[in-house]
Amino acid sequence: MISIIRTMWLTFLHMFHKRATIQYPEEKIKLPARWRGRIVLTRDPDMGERCVGCYLCAAACPVDCISLQATEDEHGRRYPEFFRINFSRCIFCGYCEEACPTYAIQLIPDFEMGEYNRQNLVYEKQDLLINSEGKYPGYNYYNVAGLAVKGKDKGEGANELAPVDVHSLLP
Amino acid sequence: MSPLLIVICVLGGLLLIAPGLIWVERRLLAVWQDRYGPNRAGPLGLLVVLADTLKLFFKEDWIPPFADRKVFVLAPAIVVITVLMSFVIVPFSPGIIVVDLNIGVLFFLAMSSMGAYSIILGGWASNNKYSLLGAMRGAAQMISYEVFMGLSLMGVVLITGSFSLHDIVEAQRNMWFIIPQFLGFIIFLIAGIAETHRLPFDIPEAESELIAGFHSEYSGMKFGMFFVGEYIGIMLISCMVTCLFLGGWLGPAFLPPIVWFALKMFAFIGLFILLRASLPRPRYDQLMEFGWKILLPLSILNLVVTAGIILWNES
Ligand code: SF4
Ligand code: SF4
Repeated sequence: MISIIRTMWLTFLHMFHKRATIQYPEEKIKLPARWRGRIVLTRDPDMGERCVGCYLCAAACPVDCISLQATEDEHGRRYPEFFRINFSRCIFCGYCEEACPTYAIQLIPDFEMGEYNRQNLVYEKQDLLINSEGKYPGYNYYNVAGLAVKGKDKGEGANELAPVDVHSLLP
Repeated sequence: MSPLLIVICVLGGLLLIAPGLIWVERRLLAVWQDRYGPNRAGPLGLLVVLADTLKLFFKEDWIPPFADRKVFVLAPAIVVITVLMSFVIVPFSPGIIVVDLNIGVLFFLAMSSMGAYSIILGGWASNNKYSLLGAMRGAAQMISYEVFMGLSLMGVVLITGSFSLHDIVEAQRNMWFIIPQFLGFIIFLIAGIAETHRLPFDIPEAESELIAGFHSEYSGMKFGMFFVGEYIGIMLISCMVTCLFLGGWLGPAFLPPIVWFALKMFAFIGLFILLRASLPRPRYDQLMEFGWKILLPLSILNLVVTAGIILWNES
């Protein structure tokens, strides 16, 4: 009997507690920086496209929703001619981001992608490409890549940076 | 006021407040669960009432082919009619009463027992095992709680010496009956909750065991009728508690009597919702045991002691 009254009283006191609800459209939820949401294609520090059209993301995607066509520019550098992600299929698993060798494709904390027309969920390259370096500022694929060839060791070419000394990363 | 006007006011008021209670209940439940509840449609979410009603109207009104059509249609009407009939004898304030029957309390008890028919017929006509189970439980619960609901009131009737609710309220000028008849008040309140089969005594519906019990097969406005019946039932019990134990419209003069009545009634509706928010549903056998083994002896004891004191005072 006492416990029943106590239960009711404690429930009643909840009137004065803080609400757990986030009033969504006016009040936004705070997403963690690594939240896997809308996919973007990022750029180099010198604003070149990072994507080299290697198809690894398309191969890694478990639902096959990435489609692209690689081509080459006048310097022989590869870039995607078109790059298409069908977000009505994407499951936001992030495998594409893991597969990408150039940090080009990245998932960002944004989920507000609602559309009335399903076709609008197919994002083309101009929708995906952003003028930003995303999560890896200062990273330039062409500066850290490179092979040791005769007469030139790794990292000694014209625009190349010296390879990272992995021992320096130790604590 | 002319009787016709009173009838129209009472009927209109009830049918307007009943859907409003849906909003009140959802908001209050939310408040007690650290949420906001419906707060989007219209100011404070009040238009959710309209949305709910429209939704019910446009739902497919389906009668299962295996159901007993006539009874199936009749059942939801019974609950609304009987509950509305009971309001005939409720004195909202001096003069605002449809008829001041000299057997008012008996009329109320009779009408609320008739409400059991709606549950039994609804469950039976649905021809569905869950509905039938719900109906059986509902019948057993209502009949057993009916017994001491009546007995718990008799203390009040003894003190007043009248069955008329108007006289009962007038007899509380000096002291509200909640003080001399506290036990009766508690028993009546519990029986009243069981009578409206509200949580925690919603054994006939028991979503988690019986889907929706006796109204599993109902949809559209027929389901809406059961719903409205339930909410008017809550109001009825709150009105009765107010009249019988809390001095009805009596109160300090700075507010008109009708406002006092409404305040007390809404306080009890709030209590009903708080009960729903805080207490779990007892098992069916626990409910029966509690009724017959605890509440019935207590209400008889209450009656005997009250009668004894009255006799002793007279002699
Ligand atoms: S997040 Fe997963 S499903 Fe979406 S595009 Fe990348 S690999 Fe495909
Ligand atoms: S986004 Fe990355 S993985 Fe996909 S094609 Fe471009 S470089 Fe390759």
